[in-house]
Amino acid sequence: MNAHASLRRAGALGRTTLVHLTLGGYCLLVLAPILLVLLNSFKTRQGIFDDPLGWPAKATLSLAGYGKVLGDAAVGHMFVNSAIVTGVSLAAILLLGAMAAWALTEYGFFGNRVLALFLAFGIMVPIRLGSVAILQEMVALNLVNTLTALMLVYIAQGLPLAVMILSEFIAQVPQELKDAARCDGVGEYRIFFQVVLPLIRPAVATVAVFTMVPIWNDLWFPLILAPSEETQTITLGVQQFVGQFATDWNAVLAALSLAVLPILVLYAVFSRQLIRGITAGAVK
Amino acid sequence: MAQVELSNVSKSYGNSRVLHDIDLRVADGELVVLVGPSGCGKSTLLRMICGLEPITAGELRIDGVVVNDLPPAQRGIAMVFQSYALYPHMTVRGNMAFGLKIHGAGKADRNVRVLAAAKALHIDHLLDRRPRELSGGQRQRVAIGRAIVRQPKLFLFDEPLSNLDAALRVKTRIELARLHRELAATMVYVTHDQVEAMTLGDRIVVMHEGRIQQAGSPLALYEHPANRFVASFIGSPTINLVPSTALACSAAGVRLEVHAGCVVDAAVDGSTLQPGAPVEIGIRPEHLAFDGGEPAPVSAEGPPCLRFGGEVSLVEQLGESHLIYLRCADGLELVSRAPGHTPVRIGDRIGLVAQASRLHVFDAAGVACRRLSTAGTQTA
Repeated sequence: MNAHASLRRAGALGRTTLVHLTLGGYCLLVLAPILLVLLNSFKTRQGIFDDPLGWPAKATLSLAGYGKVLGDAAVGHMFVNSAIVTGVSLAAILLLGAMAAWALTEYGFFGNRVLALFLAFGIMVPIRLGSVAILQEMVALNLVNTLTALMLVYIAQGLPLAVMILSEFIAQVPQELKDAARCDGVGEYRIFFQVVLPLIRPAVATVAVFTMVPIWNDLWFPLILAPSEETQTITLGVQQFVGQFATDWNAVLAALSLAVLPILVLYAVFSRQLIRGITAGAVK
Repeated sequence: MAQVELSNVSKSYGNSRVLHDIDLRVADGELVVLVGPSGCGKSTLLRMICGLEPITAGELRIDGVVVNDLPPAQRGIAMVFQSYALYPHMTVRGNMAFGLKIHGAGKADRNVRVLAAAKALHIDHLLDRRPRELSGGQRQRVAIGRAIVRQPKLFLFDEPLSNLDAALRVKTRIELARLHRELAATMVYVTHDQVEAMTLGDRIVVMHEGRIQQAGSPLALYEHPANRFVASFIGSPTINLVPSTALACSAAGVRLEVHAGCVVDAAVDGSTLQPGAPVEIGIRPEHLAFDGGEPAPVSAEGPPCLRFGGEVSLVEQLGESHLIYLRCADGLELVSRAPGHTPVRIGDRIGLVAQASRLHVFDAAGVACRRLSTAGTQTA
């Protein structure tokens, strides 16, 4: 009996160790390139090429890259561009996505099913397939080299998934709660904003996290829709340090390292919401 | 306060009709209980009164005004839900004040009204908690409080006690009855629990398969059920139904043959029955008395009381009374409510007697024959 129990415990321990080893290994795999970028961004050019995997030593430590990037007014401008595009797109996706999800789940109207299917289609087909058509359209609308063009594309890109996920969560809000609000004389907009939206906050945070990273990281649409100096985003702008003959690795790596920061901060903000949502459910 | 009037109200989902021509009047200050098995349409009817379900046909009037197409808020009603339906992200105070806030009540006014309602319900110490920090009974009181602060013309309750444990249910039931007295409010209350219905209702409306089977005072329903369904639904344990045959029928009484050689005269109006027609006798368990010993032979002369003999298959001891389950030789199963300490054990062969004056008689279609005046009976 006792031997059995200890055997079982050993087995469980073995399994846990295995799981942790696997996860730890995967974590390393994912973090290694980022770590490499971060390490080398603090090294001299010579240091980077001599020993790309080494830690910055006394002889190789250099903040030249950061100095250059931070001293470059254009880079600051790129950060602002990225922030505007990501921020506005994210806000629009969350607001419009949640409202669309509410409408599709709560109200039975003509074309409801077709609309839901259309949005599901948007998840299956990558928006990049339509790049040529999008570019033509933006030219026709005279929106090329504007941040608006990027925002429009990103909102379209993010909406389907947002609607899908939020619909699922909105459907779980108890019917009686909405009925109670209607009995209280609460209007439909208020029911959405003051009753439903606070309840699906964790879901909104999840969608925010999943939506913001691809937008911030995107290189493709800034490249074809808004490549001008005025409208470059940071991801695109880093390319200017990559020359045809010589690449300013210090600057590239420093800019990339800095580009991670805002997204990390946002992630921290949203993930707090995620955790709060989870614990609220657990206590109930 | 308000009176509610439903005339010929129907509800259909597509082709299936779930409510058929409901006619009902709820008087000012009355507490009407809609009761019936699940799926009988009682909750749908309540939601239609509330305005959460559109009315397919017929008219709903509150205080004489047709409100068929008015949204819930403009009907002056408040509803309490089975699952409480409290806003989880708001405090108790927020929950109770939300409706007032929407209607533009000032902050001071809101606070006064919330506090008054909270005091009446003994939840004034919980005002700053959130629903998830409350027990089930407290949550239900908050839900009731949320209804009270709005000072509605009409209260609607949708199985408000179903999620509470037995002891709390009784306590809250008493509190609801007190509340009804104090507020003198018109209330419509839906439940599937006939004890709740009997204890709370000024009037009970029994529903089955989308139709009103009978509406009347609790005692009227108990003493004069309109049909077999109402008789079985009201009363616990369920009424005993014994197949028999009508021998002679008149407006003054019916002579019945229960089983071979056992003839009894029931005090019911038999003018609708034909001699020889199959009927069913209904005997409430509390009217079936323990008669001890072996079943005595019954004289063919029609004794004043009806006697059944058989073997006791189960005894449930409730303390103040025993429920005796009797299996007769012909396979008939009967339940009797006998006083506690009745000396009966499983396997005993005993007799049970029913007073002829207490019998209910139902025709083949299940419609009750009107009982002639009985001692201790009130008419609706």
